[in-house]
Amino acid sequence: MKNSAAPYVLEVKNVSFSYGKQMVLEDINMQVREGSFLGLVGPNGSGKSTFMKLLLGLLKADKGNIELFGSPVQSFRDWSRIGFVSQKANSFNSGFPATVFEVVAMGLYGKIGLFRFLKKEHKKKIKEAIAQVGMEQYMHKNIGRLSGGQQQRVFIARALVSEPELLILDEPTVGVDADSVRNFYDMLKELNDKKNITLILVTHDIGAMSEYVTDVACLNKCLHFHGDKNDFEVNREEMMTAMYGHKVNVIEHNHSHDHHDHSHDHDDLDGVRS
Amino acid sequence: MIEVFFQYDFLRYSLFTGVLIGILAPLTGVFIVVRRLSLLADALSHITLTGIAFSLLLGRYINFFAVLNPVYMGMIFAATGSLLIERLRHTYRFYRELAIPIILSSGIGIGVVFISLADGFTTDLFSYLFGSIAAISSTDFTVVLVLTTVVVAIFGLFYKELFFLSFDEEQAVISGIPRRSLHFLFILITAVVIGISMQIVGILLVSALMTLPVAAAMRLAASFKQMFFYSVVIGEVSVLAGIFAAFHLDVAPGGMIVVVNVLILLIVLAATSEKILNRKGG
Ligand SMILES: Nc1ncnc2c1ncn2[C@@H]1O[C@H](COP(=O)(O)OP(=O)(O)OP(=O)(O)O)[C@@H](O)[C@H]1O
Ligand SMILES: [Mg+2]
Repeated sequence: MKNSAAPYVLEVKNVSFSYGKQMVLEDINMQVREGSFLGLVGPNGSGKSTFMKLLLGLLKADKGNIELFGSPVQSFRDWSRIGFVSQKANSFNSGFPATVFEVVAMGLYGKIGLFRFLKKEHKKKIKEAIAQVGMEQYMHKNIGRLSGGQQQRVFIARALVSEPELLILDEPTVGVDADSVRNFYDMLKELNDKKNITLILVTHDIGAMSEYVTDVACLNKCLHFHGDKNDFEVNREEMMTAMYGHKVNVIEHNHSHDHHDHSHDHDDLDGVRS
Repeated sequence: MIEVFFQYDFLRYSLFTGVLIGILAPLTGVFIVVRRLSLLADALSHITLTGIAFSLLLGRYINFFAVLNPVYMGMIFAATGSLLIERLRHTYRFYRELAIPIILSSGIGIGVVFISLADGFTTDLFSYLFGSIAAISSTDFTVVLVLTTVVVAIFGLFYKELFFLSFDEEQAVISGIPRRSLHFLFILITAVVIGISMQIVGILLVSALMTLPVAAAMRLAASFKQMFFYSVVIGEVSVLAGIFAAFHLDVAPGGMIVVVNVLILLIVLAATSEKILNRKGG
């Protein structure tokens, strides 16, 4: 019953958004409790990244409310409690002369605040975050000289370094090799289990996702499903066909991991089925 | 060779000012280059010219402007111009670079009209365009010293925010860094630095002193911090070599400074290109 009494980290109520005339998100309702690991799936162009931008206050909803840690996103100021790895994380200017250390340090800047500088304890945290993603030996290498997957790890370290309570990852494993993807998911699971960090993971990797997450949301303009992973498994075929318009082949990963206790209360499964 | 610079006040102040702009211009230039705003520096320097022409024109009718260093009016124009550029960049959100030619050509156009109206400062004009080592009074130097201190302090205080914004604007905004105010502050600084630097380097070449040292430093630096270090060292060497050469050869300092800068850049390019060839080969 780990999650059932936990407070909401994120509450989305009746949110709609359009770019100009094109409606991208329609009447989205969603709650995410502290400590849950939510996998968000949906086809290309279904509005996943747009939704993440709304959560991060980068875009403003046309209708509805979004609350982060209980306060409306418009007035939320505590951004260091939220970490974000963008889908286009490695589309930065690759000629930029910054080291891995310098890039990961950026993750602390918001927390440290204006007119203050990096202290010893910050440097220690930066090194720990770099070690956490296994990039110690590249600490002082130029970020532009790393491979795409290595860069992605650095950006993940940057998101982790401020010890966020909510970590939002938009297709973070693009360009990361299969082995590293598994390590990466293991790492996320560990963060979720041991540090109780709430995770929202946008991905197309439905197989891997359903092995690791506790909750699933299917988005395609509307929220087609949102609820417990096990409920999703039951309706998976139907959901996927509804969303993608065809049967999606899912390669099963070995279920060698222990899973969370999934006995959620049913009232937090605000599944919007269509 | 150097002593002569200490015999005459005006030379001494020019030399000191040179030392300061050798720090200021490349320092600002690092952020300008990584934020891909090199053309902004060009546009602002041309508006500085408009302001200078305006001040000189006023000087023909109003005594106050006849004695005031026209560079201050130049800075005011550049600062105003930077605000206009920001507005235009917002108006043409999807063609941001359009803002630059609009401001640049308006600046030159209006500047030329002012110059024609106030005909008769052609020798002055030459030194505004290409720099001069005779233009700095002790008051000017004091102003330059104060502005340099302020600018360096601001860069020190906002280093991490400016760095983050340059590297990844979206992430910087997400982590709560005030993008707008910092960007605004930054272009104001750029306007001021251009105003200061153009007294020695000249309007046409001031953006060279902001970008060429950085272009060379970029080839050498592994980290962002190193990039500042190399840029300032290269900027300083070119300014000093340029000023001495300009005095002894009696040529415009802006020209000499840029020539030295280009030489350094060529040497750096030659020295670092070998590495790339090796990598391709092996
Ligand atoms: N900046 C923008 N301006 C206008 N339309 C946009 C913009 N960004 C996205 N869109 C449109 O909004 C829709 C949703 O895009 P979004 O990037 O949120 O999809 P996504 O689910 O993240 O897709 P993917 O799986 O490819 O990452 C798409 O139809 C896209 O064309
Ligand atoms: Mg996306």
